[in-house]
Amino acid sequence: MDTGVFPPNISTTGHVVDQLFWLATLLTGVAFLLIVAALGYFLLRYRSRPGRRAYYTHGDSRGAICVTSGLALLVFLLIDVNLAYHDHVAWAVVWGAPPSAREALQVEIMPEQFAWNIRYAGPDGIFRTSDDVTTINQLHVPVNRPVIVQLSSKDVIHSFFLPNLRIKMDAVPGMVTSLYFQAKQPGTYDIACAEHCGFGHYRMRGFLVVEESAEAFNAWLAEQTNEGSPDLSWGWQWAVSAPRASGTPGAHPPSAGARAWSGGST
Amino acid sequence: MSKTLSGQSFWRRYVFSTNHKVIAVQYLFTGMLFLALGGVMALLIRWQLAYPWQPIPFIGQWLFPGSGGAMTPEVYPMLFTMHGGIMVFFAITPILLGALGNYTIPLEVGARDMAFPRLNMLSYWFLVVGSVLLLASFLVPGGAAGSGWTLYAPLSASTEVTPGWGQDLFILGLALDAVSILMGGVNYITTIMQLRAPGLTLRRLPLTLWGLFYSAVLNTLWLPIVASALFMVLCDRRLGTAFFLAGPLAPHAGGQVLLYQHLFWGFGHPEVYILILPVWGLVGDLLSVFSRKPAFGYQATVCSMLVITVLSGIVWGHHMFTSGMNPLVGKAFMFLTITVSVPTAIFFLNWLGTLWRGAIRLTVPMLFTLGVVFVFAIGGLTGLFNALQTFDVYIHDTYFVVGHFHYTLAASVLFGTFAFIYFWFPKIFGRHMNARLGYWHFGLSFVFLNAVFSVMMFLGLHGHMRRIADATAYEFLKPVQHWNVFLGWAALGLGLSQLLFFINVLYSLFKGAPAPANPWEAGSLAWTVSSPPPEHNYATPPRVFCGPHEYGVPSLTNGDWLSQADPQAAKLARS
Amino acid sequence: MDRMINAEVETPLIDIPTGKFGMWVFLISEIMFFTGLIGSYIVLRLGATSWPRPGTILNTPLLGLNTLILLSSSLTMALALHAIQQGRQAALRRFLLLTAGLGVAFLGIKGFDYAHMWHRGFTMSASLFGSCYYLLTGFHALHVLSGVILLLSLFFAASHGRFSAAHYGRIEYSGLYWHFIDIVWVILFAILCLV
Repeated sequence: MDTGVFPPNISTTGHVVDQLFWLATLLTGVAFLLIVAALGYFLLRYRSRPGRRAYYTHGDSRGAICVTSGLALLVFLLIDVNLAYHDHVAWAVVWGAPPSAREALQVEIMPEQFAWNIRYAGPDGIFRTSDDVTTINQLHVPVNRPVIVQLSSKDVIHSFFLPNLRIKMDAVPGMVTSLYFQAKQPGTYDIACAEHCGFGHYRMRGFLVVEESAEAFNAWLAEQTNEGSPDLSWGWQWAVSAPRASGTPGAHPPSAGARAWSGGST
Repeated sequence: MSKTLSGQSFWRRYVFSTNHKVIAVQYLFTGMLFLALGGVMALLIRWQLAYPWQPIPFIGQWLFPGSGGAMTPEVYPMLFTMHGGIMVFFAITPILLGALGNYTIPLEVGARDMAFPRLNMLSYWFLVVGSVLLLASFLVPGGAAGSGWTLYAPLSASTEVTPGWGQDLFILGLALDAVSILMGGVNYITTIMQLRAPGLTLRRLPLTLWGLFYSAVLNTLWLPIVASALFMVLCDRRLGTAFFLAGPLAPHAGGQVLLYQHLFWGFGHPEVYILILPVWGLVGDLLSVFSRKPAFGYQATVCSMLVITVLSGIVWGHHMFTSGMNPLVGKAFMFLTITVSVPTAIFFLNWLGTLWRGAIRLTVPMLFTLGVVFVFAIGGLTGLFNALQTFDVYIHDTYFVVGHFHYTLAASVLFGTFAFIYFWFPKIFGRHMNARLGYWHFGLSFVFLNAVFSVMMFLGLHGHMRRIADATAYEFLKPVQHWNVFLGWAALGLGLSQLLFFINVLYSLFKGAPAPANPWEAGSLAWTVSSPPPEHNYATPPRVFCGPHEYGVPSLTNGDWLSQADPQAAKLARS
Repeated sequence: MDRMINAEVETPLIDIPTGKFGMWVFLISEIMFFTGLIGSYIVLRLGATSWPRPGTILNTPLLGLNTLILLSSSLTMALALHAIQQGRQAALRRFLLLTAGLGVAFLGIKGFDYAHMWHRGFTMSASLFGSCYYLLTGFHALHVLSGVILLLSLFFAASHGRFSAAHYGRIEYSGLYWHFIDIVWVILFAILCLV
């Protein structure tokens, strides 16, 4: 259902985010309308008129306390707890089932001021080897295949944001974070940076290209491999087990010896 | 300003005064000056987003001579950083804590002055020096700080990416302001708790003072946390340390980037409650005054505000759902955050209960008070969207968040500020403000404010990120760029509407109709003395016989209210 | 600061002098400031892959001596308060000066310790431990310095007869501050040197 509120959703799990929004809007909207109605009614009905006296009460009778706490509890249960529960369910859908490392396409992304460095492992399946494919700002993925992205940063905090997939994760220096998604619609979409990272933050645009088939994607990858030498100044060894939705603070990406980034100009 | 025959020099009476009323007015004007400055910055930001890289009319040539009157990418981050920092620390805090607190607390508790008058004076001058440092940051090479008012490391903490002393001056200016606020906190807490007049039990305290008290407690607890974090940022910048640096920018291993965020938001979340608690208190009092009815559920409201004060310290992680923090910890923060709804709903319902069956007088302060009720309903309800972890992953760092916190901060706090000034102006300056201008100010502000911040939330839902200088750089934002144009003009309307307020204040200061001691027929102690009050408020400590909200008392024959200081109230009033 | 609460005039929450109440509020903010610093140290240390073992870098005996000095100064401060509560002016002045002197000794040893360590390469920027050490003890030293200045100002006030058995509030409140600094040092000593 495209209402024009959100950008088009091309994620297999994005709809739960949108649905969460509509539920929250419905519930809070009803509450808000009731408040406005009460306000409007009170202001008209109880406005000051000559001879009119207010009703003298401190609102601390048993009845008043019961009504007030009852209403507050009702609001809490019907709106807050209700929404938190739905969010909990949505969370499980979006983040709860990381794809297996075998079936997923693994990508490493290390943003810097102000571009996205992207790395594919290449035929040997190992990152930071000479058969890798690295691009700047070009993230190609095949349609209908899970993708796991691991993120770190070369300098300051950036945030990898895919509006059309309703998902983002910060890229933090000294840590590896991750997210995963599956695109169900081919096309070209924006990658945006969603954490202020300096004067070029506004133009840190990348391109997510969802290839219309596995063959198209492989063809693109092969073309990139033939084109030249990958950037080996950055990259880290992939975690053997599928990562959680986010890294633990202080988790160091590399295995013995290797570092996520080694010196040299950018 | 005060009727005094004490024969002090001009400097002693009006500049280096220890009189809380003089200090309050100093805070008020300083705060209003920065409010205007922060507002102008907001307009520049909105222009840039509406018409990216176009020369700014009238003032562009003067502000940006080197780029043909248009903004540059380096300046844009300085503007939103300083807008945030100035509004939070140098506009709202001085007005709502410095001015409202300093003016009303001694008067409302029946004291001659604050507990520590010289400390009070010192607190104002720390603010002034801090603000000078802040403004000076625009003039140093490299310009002002540009890492957001949130100063996330490593952007703020590494001189490799943020060289220049603007960032350091910002931190130092904030540090001095923090000292100012802490000094004020010592005074507010001590005065409210220890210097109340005989008979003024805690159950008879005006709600405004409860709000100020809780706010001061939060400041005392959490400001030092952010101060420690900011000093560590300074060390990272200038002393070669790496507390918050990791990865390639770090000189050595071991620093934790996320530690900064925990420390900052450990303060930052309570801070938003620090800013709004005085407003909640003020609204509680004013709804009562202008409904001519006691504050509904006074004790429940005071308790709710206490619960919120406590809860505010344990929910900070909802600012960090996408930070890389453990998602289970995030889930815990989500559940903690929603519990705030319960006490909030209680005092909000109590507000409505005060209006119910009242005799409502729609004065200018009352309109702004009702305005707070309206915009805070929106702000509070939209907070819920942000609390939901899965949904927040999408809207984090978009304009939805900006719209939400401007509804709770800019809108509610701003309307609260205006309610404060329109209500207390007669007492402070002995003159009425012009009501007609006030009604226009309210109407226009209400319309434009809602136009601006609701559209912001809509933009955020579309994925429009915050802190970007030009949305047209992204394909997916091009369909909504015309809303940025709309926002530019609506913001201008909002800004221009405030001229009505400033004109009203300036005019009324000199030409306003003289005001009596109690133009609003209010029941609290401050309204028993003249407008303006005598130099030392009370010749002898007043005696209090009831609460501050004894309106609509049935057995009265002339008038519908009882003053707290009225001995009759002991038998006629309920409390 | 020394106002006596008159029960017929005010209804205070806690029946203590205003100055004492104010000093406690101030001390709470100071506690929170050191909580931020110490908490950060704990988090950074727990998250680090390696950390020098206690006793390998810092001069624990010297810092232990400093701890004794500061603890003694708290005793002399308490004795100063006790003295003026009994109206003994000379004893007050003596103990105030002694406390300040011990504070100066603490700072002197600290300064010597800093210089020595820095010269050996243990600087603020050499390692995370170094950064933490100088940050924590540096801020603490600044507080000791302000305490010493405060004590000296009290000494001069006492020399002009400002205090008596009926008016000693400022001595008491300053004592609170001094004891607080002492407690902070004991904690720092423990978490930096012993654990």
